[in-house]
Amino acid sequence: MLQIILGAVSLGLLWAIMTIGVYITYRILDIADLTVEGSLPLGAAIAASAISTGVNPYLATGMALIGGLAAGFTTGILHTKLKIPALLSGILTMIALYSINLRVMGKANISLLRMDTVYTIFQKLGLNETNSVIALGLIFVLLLIFLLYWFFGTELGSAIRATGNNPKMVRAQGINTNTMKILGLVISNGLVAISGALIAQSQSFADVQMGTGSIVIGLASVIIGEVLFGKRNFFSRLLSLVLGAITYRIIIALVLKLGMPANDLKLFTAITVAIALALPTIKSSLQPANNQFVNKFFKGGENDAVRK
Amino acid sequence: MLSVNNIYKVFNPGTVNEKLALEGVNLTLEEGDFVTLIGGNGAGKSTLLNVIAGVYPVDQGTIIIDGIDVTKLPEHKRASFLGRVFQDPMMGTASNMGIEENLALAYRRGLKRTLRWGIKNKERELYKELLKTLDLGLEDRLTTKVGLLSGGQRQALTLLMATLKKPKLLLLDEHTAALDPKTAQKVLEQTDKLIAENNLTTLMITHNMKDAIKHGNRLIMMHDGKIILDIKGEEKKNLTVEDLLQRFGKASGEEFANDRALLS
Repeated sequence: MLQIILGAVSLGLLWAIMTIGVYITYRILDIADLTVEGSLPLGAAIAASAISTGVNPYLATGMALIGGLAAGFTTGILHTKLKIPALLSGILTMIALYSINLRVMGKANISLLRMDTVYTIFQKLGLNETNSVIALGLIFVLLLIFLLYWFFGTELGSAIRATGNNPKMVRAQGINTNTMKILGLVISNGLVAISGALIAQSQSFADVQMGTGSIVIGLASVIIGEVLFGKRNFFSRLLSLVLGAITYRIIIALVLKLGMPANDLKLFTAITVAIALALPTIKSSLQPANNQFVNKFFKGGENDAVRK
Repeated sequence: MLSVNNIYKVFNPGTVNEKLALEGVNLTLEEGDFVTLIGGNGAGKSTLLNVIAGVYPVDQGTIIIDGIDVTKLPEHKRASFLGRVFQDPMMGTASNMGIEENLALAYRRGLKRTLRWGIKNKERELYKELLKTLDLGLEDRLTTKVGLLSGGQRQALTLLMATLKKPKLLLLDEHTAALDPKTAQKVLEQTDKLIAENNLTTLMITHNMKDAIKHGNRLIMMHDGKIILDIKGEEKKNLTVEDLLQRFGKASGEEFANDRALLS
């Protein structure tokens, strides 16, 4: 059981990097960016093919980052300069990346078995496979939290946050909202690609299909984090994303352990996210003021008339 | 300070919804002018303001602010000359961000956004002082999210933001129309005060004839995309609502049909 939990934590930490990327577009920029479904496997593909040709795994992960930045930039240009709706821009880049990922790898998947990865150095220090992933994942995630906390507090970061909130006001303050959107998409997809590179190295293979459904996993993690771990300030927000991603992995590990067929996993995730997103609507319809049943039978008549 | 020359603007050209919103508008504002702009629905008031701010491009004509031709500049580049307050109190501020964060965004209007920290401690003192002048108790709530403020508070804050970095031209687009009469009065008083203190060149749209007469040193009336009245100086000071209605009838050949402007 402990092994299952530790495995979930290790995977959760790697997916947390992706979750933070999704948070930047979905919550900060208010864009549902589907590019991530392509930039996650892009990161994996770049890192895996680089490592398999003998490139240093850290350098390979850096190359994956650059690939992700470029993917985000493409979506940003499609959306802001060519005025294609954000959702469609993301889908276009995602589809294009499918072919690009196949080209990068030259085939549908690459194995990294018995090759040096970013985790090898920790294994040499005596940690087992899972614990090495946890160690490196923690370092990456903590570094990222501090980096992003700083960045979104700067003038530039504030401008990006305000752009997602009220673009009209931001333009009136002399900020180019297009540049801010592109910048946000670039950072987001860069993180997602790093996540893909680290996931591929931890599972010892990269697969062109590994991005499928990743946006939903990212959203699920964002929402679980918000619901369970609060959103008092930006720092606790970032932390909640990491905890959300880990919690999601633990939930999945547990339901699989309880006997749910692995094939039903995506259905389960989709239903969870749908419920979580619908929660505010369900809540408000249960409140008496908006409840049609209550309105129909208990409102009206003299008392209400007088009050009005 | 502002010179608008022969501006034409058509919306939805070539469709059934085609509308000639501005038809050869000419307008020059001297430094320190406080112009009130009045007119019925669809007269072109908001379009004129938006065209000056660069929200949409013009079909013909030029716009010059402080000697610089801005006709081709995008909205965010013109912002360095302009302070703007919108009709909708929600539009002028970022609701998910704190009061001080909003002020800090406005404090850097027209400047390049760098990787320096978004707010300096020194600024907070300035913000506190300025917020105190609003007399709304906001000076003790610097980190409160703007979304929690009332419409009047948000509009007062937006006004402060628009003038925090002295603009060449202040554009007010019916900025009190969405407020209750008492709050609207307070925000208008604050507007007068800020404009007088900073000697701001201002263009203010209002739907209220009394306000248009009471405030500013010059009154302009628009009708069907054209400026039909331009009253200034002594003449403006002695103006009454009746005069204005009569002159509108003469200039446009129609009766002024806007209950909102008459009754309020």
